[in-house]
Amino acid sequence: MIAAILSLTLLGAVLGLGLGVAARKFAVEGDPLADEIAALMPGSNCGQCGMAGCAVAAAGIADGSVPVTCCPPGGRALATALAEKLGVTLDLSSVADSGPQIAVIAEDLCIGCCRCLKVCPTDALVGAAKQIHSVIREACTGCGNCVERCPTEAATMKPVPVTLQHWVWPKPATAVA
Amino acid sequence: MGLIEKFLHNLKAPRWGVHPDDHKRPAADAPLRELPLPKRLYIPLQQHVGQPARPIVLVGQTVLKGQLIAEAQGNISAPVHASASGRVVSIGEVTAPHPSGLPLVAIGIEPDGLDTTAELTIPADPFALSPAELTRLVAAAGVVGLGGATFPSSVKLALGKRSEVTTLIVNGGECEPYLSCDDRVMRDFAASVIDGVRLMLHAMGAREALVGIEDNKPEAIAAMKRASATFPEIKVRPVPARYPMGSDRQLIVTLTGKEVPSDCRAADVGVIVNNVSTANAVHRAIRLGEPLIRRIVTVNGGAVWQPGNILAPIGTLASDLLAFAGLKSEPARIVMGGPMMGAVLPHAKVPIVKGTSGILAFNEDEIAAPEAGACIRCGTCTSACPMGLLPLEMAAQIRAGSLNGAEALGLADCIACGCCAYVCPSHIPLVQYFSHAKGELSEQSRSRLRNEATKRLAAERVVRLEREAIEKAEAAARRKAERAAQKAAEAAKSATESKETEAAE
Amino acid sequence: MTHNLTLTAPPTAPHTLAANSISRIMLTVAATLAPATLYGFWLYGWPSIFLWVITVLAALFGEALCIKLAGRSVVSALSDGSALLTGWLLAISLPPWAPWWIGVLGGLFATILAKQVFGGLGFNLFNPAMVGRVFLLISFPVQMTVWVAPLPITAASAPGFHDGLLIAAHGIPSMDAVSSATLLGFAKTELSRGIDLLHSLAGTNAPGIVLSGARSGSMGETASLLILAGGMVLIFLRIISWHIPAALLAGLALPAAIAHGIDPTRYLDASSHLFSGGAMLGAFFIATDYVTSPNSRIGQLVFGAGCGFLTFVIRTWGGYPEGMAFAVLLMNAMTPVIDRYIRPRILGRDWRGAPLDPATQKGKS
Repeated sequence: MIAAILSLTLLGAVLGLGLGVAARKFAVEGDPLADEIAALMPGSNCGQCGMAGCAVAAAGIADGSVPVTCCPPGGRALATALAEKLGVTLDLSSVADSGPQIAVIAEDLCIGCCRCLKVCPTDALVGAAKQIHSVIREACTGCGNCVERCPTEAATMKPVPVTLQHWVWPKPATAVA
Repeated sequence: MGLIEKFLHNLKAPRWGVHPDDHKRPAADAPLRELPLPKRLYIPLQQHVGQPARPIVLVGQTVLKGQLIAEAQGNISAPVHASASGRVVSIGEVTAPHPSGLPLVAIGIEPDGLDTTAELTIPADPFALSPAELTRLVAAAGVVGLGGATFPSSVKLALGKRSEVTTLIVNGGECEPYLSCDDRVMRDFAASVIDGVRLMLHAMGAREALVGIEDNKPEAIAAMKRASATFPEIKVRPVPARYPMGSDRQLIVTLTGKEVPSDCRAADVGVIVNNVSTANAVHRAIRLGEPLIRRIVTVNGGAVWQPGNILAPIGTLASDLLAFAGLKSEPARIVMGGPMMGAVLPHAKVPIVKGTSGILAFNEDEIAAPEAGACIRCGTCTSACPMGLLPLEMAAQIRAGSLNGAEALGLADCIACGCCAYVCPSHIPLVQYFSHAKGELSEQSRSRLRNEATKRLAAERVVRLEREAIEKAEAAARRKAERAAQKAAEAAKSATESKETEAAE
Repeated sequence: MTHNLTLTAPPTAPHTLAANSISRIMLTVAATLAPATLYGFWLYGWPSIFLWVITVLAALFGEALCIKLAGRSVVSALSDGSALLTGWLLAISLPPWAPWWIGVLGGLFATILAKQVFGGLGFNLFNPAMVGRVFLLISFPVQMTVWVAPLPITAASAPGFHDGLLIAAHGIPSMDAVSSATLLGFAKTELSRGIDLLHSLAGTNAPGIVLSGARSGSMGETASLLILAGGMVLIFLRIISWHIPAALLAGLALPAAIAHGIDPTRYLDASSHLFSGGAMLGAFFIATDYVTSPNSRIGQLVFGAGCGFLTFVIRTWGGYPEGMAFAVLLMNAMTPVIDRYIRPRILGRDWRGAPLDPATQKGKS
């Protein structure tokens, strides 16, 4: 009886000690995960997530303080990729709700001031001084920087229109669990 | 069908697929009717796979019947012609023949009722033309696959020529219930279809043509056999009536024993499939010089008073067709295409397009769909699937949100034929699961591409800003240097001047 | 012309559905079981009828209770017929004169613990009726192995309505009077006493007795021919496919025939194996349960053969004379593995899922 108690106690102590040593010895320095996540991010530093650039957001996602669905330009594809990387379950509905948006410039309001050109992270705005600017739809990430800078409110955000080619069948509602 | 005949039929039939009630008669036996010219035609610019056509007419302009009104743009595209003579009244959005109810751009024409035909160019002997020339004529006529896939026929012919295809398979399967437009084409225009087949053989340089017709259409088989009797290269082959026999991969394997590898096109195994109605359209385009401006549409369903096949100009509204055939009751659902794969229409004010094989108006009883229950893993869907997939496992993956899991099970091979959902005893909307997953996956891949493009653009911007900064710095340095040099020169000058003055003093 | 973006999902294709439903399937299966069951009623009289009614009611009650607790509609859940079928299958696998509480416990256990706990129809890993039977066999070995010799309901010595009620309530009054062993049980006990089969079975193995089913056993075991006929009807109606039954019977008969050929004194012949115990019931009604059997045709062949072979092994070398229930449960546990590794071949791909080679396909015909 006493032998059994002793041997088990000893076993527990030795194994516990081993675990403690291993935790110290093999502790991971730095955060390679954040770098890997940063590589997945768009990298345009648009600031739509409310953080100062993609690297900061990646660090936040890595330590779990920021949800994987934080990046509107990355959309559902990025959210899925991040969730897979982190092994978390994902609620895509929150990403779907906002929907992708792009900037649109009202031609009758634009005064050709060139301010929006300077803040666009992907050079999606073209124009010259005293010329009406316009948005290259394919390049716009929908960050909204131009909207903030526009002095005449000519730049606005509009949801990307759903087209026949991009329409997706809704997922069937499940009646029974 | 007697029990013994049914048993024999089941023995012969392939193991995949389903055998729904075909509901083809009496509509298939009713004589072909021609629709009187409707008040308005709305001819969509995109009625085919590929780039939409570009309009080349203006609102208010008068057009002739068969006149080109929108030209093809890009490699895979098809031109669009006026279905009737009249005045262009609008170029704008109409509801697309698509379940989403989204708009698409169409040219609105108000027919003048005169049917003045544009000048036609008809080659004297098309078999004297080179295959490339013949293909060009087919392309100019805007002929696309009329079985529903609407792939531009000229592209297919050129592909057949390029990949040295030996066999043309002519699809007279028409396995969808309710539809009989191909049946009608074969019965009424067998000689034209056979002529079109010969033209396509010539354009592709293929050796033989196999016409596959389901054995539930004996009249069509007889008519096609008669018409092809003098052409040994064209063989009419009855095939067992089994849905989806009219799907190209299934028809190919039934007629030739060849399986199209999943990452290949039919042309890669030396076969090209074309629909019988497409053959008829090729015949009309080459022999009569008539572009694809009309087609036979089956109007059928429980809510239709006089079901049958109607010859209608492209761009006719479904509501005009239904009004012509008469409605017994307000339809509970209007479908374009067949009941197995057709698209539900949001309303009847939707134009028919080149690929419209039928307009079905169903009553409540026909579409009664009990509520979906839980999957009992009965495996009926697995045995019905003509592609050998596991629909229940794929749906379970999609339900759990694992689209990649569904992809690993072969989602990409799904042809959305609807056999699985048709037989499911729990009435699970399996096709909707797969359509959703396919759409979502392509959306994700688009989004991934976009993300990469954004990354590249952002990197390029950084490079641009750095370059500009360097350039700016260089320019500033240069200006500074210039200014310094100027200053030095001025200083030197003033120094010598002062020295001179000093010296002068 | 207006276009409105549909907010809810539009109706999806196909727009026509086969007239097929779960309740239709379950009720058809029940209907094909009816002749064998009625024959069993005739053979074993009133006690068996009471036991059947009690077991079915217990199964339905267990199902209803769980559905109620889950807050779903009891009527629509019961109308799918699956609980009825579970109770029915369990009832005809019990000793016909077992006391009432055997049926109650078995029925409740089958629907509550073997089915609803897993999430209800479609989610259970094991065949509920067989889980119920095995639970009873392990917990109450005495009651579950007392078999009566057939005593047709019309016979003078058969218990009437009132006596039947008493038997169902208290169990068999004087066991020795009526009890008898099943063929498999008899063979096993005699073998263990050192009497070889040639001698022990000399009188009992007459083919006429085997085929008419007038021998001791459960209702589903003695009426083998009626069960077989019902199974054939199911195959003809395409409710089940031939793969599992054929593979199961082959998996049982082949090793039995080989073993019998080697040593007829120790091993029963194939036809005794096929027509006794739960072989037929298991092949056509138990192993073919949709939920707990594999999906693909080849997987079903493997599954069936496994059930048959395990049954033979358990009957021959195991502690119990009958092994169908254990064999089916063991193979049920294998079903997810079979489904994982044996999949149908996708058209245009090879068995591994890689696309076919276009060159070989082009060369065909």
